[in-house]
Amino acid sequence: MKLLKVSGSLLLSSSLLFGCTNSDENSAKETVKDTKNITSDSLSGVTDEYRKYAIGEIEEFVKATEAFTTAVKNGDVDNAKALYATSRVHYERAEPIAEVFGDLDPKIDAREGDVLEAEWGGYHRIEKGLWVENTTTGYEQYAEQLMKDVNLLRAKVDTVEVTPDLLITGAVDLLNEVSTSKVTGEEDRYSHTDLFDFAANVEGADKIFQLLNPALKEKNEDLSTEIQTRFDTVFSLLNKHKIDGGYKIYTDLSEAEVKELSQAIDALAEPLSQIGIVTEAL
Amino acid sequence: MSKKEYFIEEESLGVKKVSRRDILKTAGVGGVGILIGASGIGSMLSIKEGKASSAKDVVSFYGKHQSGITTKPQNHVYFATLDVTTSSKEDLITLFKEWTHAAASMSEGKPIGELTSNEFLPPKDTGEAEGLSASNLTITFGVGPSLFVKDNQDRFGLKLKQPMELVDLPAFSLDALEEEWTGGDLCIQACADDMQVAFHAVRNLIRIARGKAVLRWAQPGFQRTKQADAKEGTPRNLFGFKDGTVNPDVKSEKQMNEHVWVQPGDGPNWLQNGSYLVVRRIQMFIEVWDRTNLKEQENTFGRYRDTGAPFGQKNEFDKLDIHHKQPNGEDTIPVDSHVRLSHGDGSQQILRRGYSYSNGMDLKTGSFDAGLLFLSFQRSPSKQFIPIQKRLSSMDKLNEYISHRGSALFACLPGTKNGGFIGETLFT
Repeated sequence: MKLLKVSGSLLLSSSLLFGCTNSDENSAKETVKDTKNITSDSLSGVTDEYRKYAIGEIEEFVKATEAFTTAVKNGDVDNAKALYATSRVHYERAEPIAEVFGDLDPKIDAREGDVLEAEWGGYHRIEKGLWVENTTTGYEQYAEQLMKDVNLLRAKVDTVEVTPDLLITGAVDLLNEVSTSKVTGEEDRYSHTDLFDFAANVEGADKIFQLLNPALKEKNEDLSTEIQTRFDTVFSLLNKHKIDGGYKIYTDLSEAEVKELSQAIDALAEPLSQIGIVTEAL
Repeated sequence: MSKKEYFIEEESLGVKKVSRRDILKTAGVGGVGILIGASGIGSMLSIKEGKASSAKDVVSFYGKHQSGITTKPQNHVYFATLDVTTSSKEDLITLFKEWTHAAASMSEGKPIGELTSNEFLPPKDTGEAEGLSASNLTITFGVGPSLFVKDNQDRFGLKLKQPMELVDLPAFSLDALEEEWTGGDLCIQACADDMQVAFHAVRNLIRIARGKAVLRWAQPGFQRTKQADAKEGTPRNLFGFKDGTVNPDVKSEKQMNEHVWVQPGDGPNWLQNGSYLVVRRIQMFIEVWDRTNLKEQENTFGRYRDTGAPFGQKNEFDKLDIHHKQPNGEDTIPVDSHVRLSHGDGSQQILRRGYSYSNGMDLKTGSFDAGLLFLSFQRSPSKQFIPIQKRLSSMDKLNEYISHRGSALFACLPGTKNGGFIGETLFT
């Protein structure tokens, strides 16, 4: 997903004005609401807080991946299967940060077909081995490489500049991830543990929302309430599919349940996409 | 637009007043201008006169009745039904207010909402209709029976307001309804002479509804365009037959009050000046039809394909004479033909406003997934559509070639004034 570098305070967007010049007098000489944007400083508490959260998740991810890859290298298929979904949730929660590293993300999280077969490694390659072939044999080197990449990710995360727009874009992007790949069941196509990833993405988005919410409330209390209500709806739908401390496999959901989840995500993402108003000066 | 109006419009654009020399001067291309044909001149002038012509294709959203019912059918429809997901009546009222505002704006060819310079926000309007004319866009809203009572629940305290007529249509024989094309708490019929404009309207209204209502089913449709048929004759359906010859006259207030608009005393007052909309998604087995001989095709309809005239007559609008007999004593118009059965004794009339659809290929059969999105407006479904459809469903010869896959009934709300909102009579 795209991430813009934050520009601090913004000037009037010329691209928006261009849209206007195209229309004739008949079609709305809309007045452009000129907004002054506050500098990123006033949200610096929020960005620092998020940085801590994301680094915390990546640290958990390192530990979980350690356990997962060890199980793969030890040939312990059952344990590897048990650890697969729960390891990934840490990555999925912190995805806006993890995705900043355009080279590492595909190495860790590419699905079959996302990259050339010869370059395909990471979690999903091992997932295929575990669920399709029911083996770890031959996958030791992928586990080895995955651990290296995850360690590298941890080292690099310290260098990420967390900006308000990384958060604003990131929150919606997390839900877009859900809409485009989790809802369709394409993410964990062999293990069908998509609901773990799904929930983790929503949790990651919720974290950002909770951090920005005090600033949002000042700007638009109704919007804040609406987003909170929609998060509650999504979490309560997800809770319906909880089982044994985890989630049902995705293929056990009915078409109607998938549609219900998908539409709840849309209903949440639409108001959440307005969260950018926190950058406007009061 | 009639032929007469068509020429008047050409004149108003100045085609006959502007000399060829003026045109070339304006174009500034000298000798090269000779290559500009009549159509080139036309399009140049229409750019110059753009403002005037774009005002012409605006249908006002406001009025006593909703637009899109007696409005002359536009080239395209995008029809959608929704399930309401909120349980708050307040939310529902807010939705109708926001919809009214957005629909009025879009009907004038304007985008929704104010522009903002904040780059961190998605634009209020999705933008694909930017720079396009209003294209005679009309947006018509309706409410289904399930908005009032669903699973025996009075969902919004509206139960007492549910009209007797607003109930699920009865099961007709041969119905093959599929859940995915049936029902809905709300409907939006967006018609425009440009599909992008119609889709834009529905897309933005659905977007506004997020969190309050979700799409249940949607179907785009088309007719021959005004460009393709300057005479604007009766459109042909996908079986190649003229469809819509017998319709009440939308210009006659008397006929519209008699057949289309809900009148005082018909039911609850809130629906006065509204109407009932029947939607049927009728699949047409066009591959089967295509191997049916012409005689059989014409016997199925009871009309000649070429002229559209009823059997025994010369012209499309000639009177249907169901008592006419052949010299051998047989009925001229077969008793099981579509026109004869839909006509009945002629007492039931509905305002049809249907569109063809083509959804690509049916993945199961490899056939075209195509047919008719039947839309009809009437004052009383029980006295108009239902008896007609009962006759058709039991013995219409056309049933061999079609299948009713979807169905829904909606009460189309009365219109509203600027400052009011669609549905205010129901909600307040």
